[in-house]
Amino acid sequence: MIRVASVAVCLGLIGCQPGTNALAPAELPGSEIRSGYTFLTPDTQALQDDAFGNPGLLWVDRGADLFQSVAESETACAACHTDGLSGVAATYPKTDPQSGLLLNLEGRINQCRTEHQGLTPLAYESEALLALTAYIANQSHGQPSQVEITGPAVAAYEKGRDYFLTRRGQFNLSCQQCHTENWGKQLRGDTISQGHGNGFPAYRLEWQSLGSLQRRLRDCDTGVRAEPLPFGDETYIALELYLSARSQGLELESPAVRR
Amino acid sequence: MASIRLAVPDTARPDEVIEIKALIQHDMESGFRRGSRGEVIPRDIITRFECRYAGNTVFAADFQPAIAANPILTFYLRATVSGPIAFEWTDQNGNQWSDQASIEVT
Repeated sequence: MIRVASVAVCLGLIGCQPGTNALAPAELPGSEIRSGYTFLTPDTQALQDDAFGNPGLLWVDRGADLFQSVAESETACAACHTDGLSGVAATYPKTDPQSGLLLNLEGRINQCRTEHQGLTPLAYESEALLALTAYIANQSHGQPSQVEITGPAVAAYEKGRDYFLTRRGQFNLSCQQCHTENWGKQLRGDTISQGHGNGFPAYRLEWQSLGSLQRRLRDCDTGVRAEPLPFGDETYIALELYLSARSQGLELESPAVRR
Repeated sequence: MASIRLAVPDTARPDEVIEIKALIQHDMESGFRRGSRGEVIPRDIITRFECRYAGNTVFAADFQPAIAANPILTFYLRATVSGPIAFEWTDQNGNQWSDQASIEVT
């Protein structure tokens, strides 16, 4: 009977935890924000800094070609965006004024394709979409992340923040527990980063390829043994917005090299 | 369609030793990995790289499955004559990708 009683007490305590809203979740102080770059080994940092050999530049090159290309459509991206798109990626995800939907860079590229170029949207992680995203993101290289989280973006910001703070998966972990509360500590053979998306699309050594931020988010969800959301899911876009706001002011590095 | 990046100096002095870099986008699938259902992912690798300059093959390499994806090569040439430097990659199935850069020797 005593054992049963103590189990009941434990369950009671666990049950109480989500209700303790008086304890606000820890925030990352602005002075402590560190890019994932600072957690890399010097060799990997050198690969990212190599203006020729950074393998992500293969996709940037391809994206530059696609941006000028009129092979598929009568209107090339460059026909409208004559001055390039410097600084644009730093403001995404962004609310589309017409539809009111929150769009990430991939979504914005596909919106241009369907509405202005008469083309079909590109699939997530397709070579062409990665290349265009990398090319556009690279034009904001070194510029600080500055997303809008007021007005129509408030709801999405809150939704992304909620996803970040919610425990999930068989490991019952939230993003917050690793990337805000325990960054800098070791997890298996790796140092836990602060979980900023400022380098994406990034070349990950694990992937041996360039990949989008959503691919990385799916990996994190899989890592805590949760069911990952589908590519392009509204909640992931909201999470991207929260992540960008969380790293407000951090310089963009795409195409970064990550482990 | 593979992306290729070449780093070749535009100009060089006669007999100057110049650094060449060549990067190509390729999966270099080793053939030792398995997919999520346990099936072997078939080998798909580049097997040969050649660089030709002034009528000669000046550098060549045989690639093996242990070479990482998107292989980069750095090597050195002695600049002798102005003209094109041609680069060619051949995969296990005979597919080829090539590109060239030109150098002026003055």
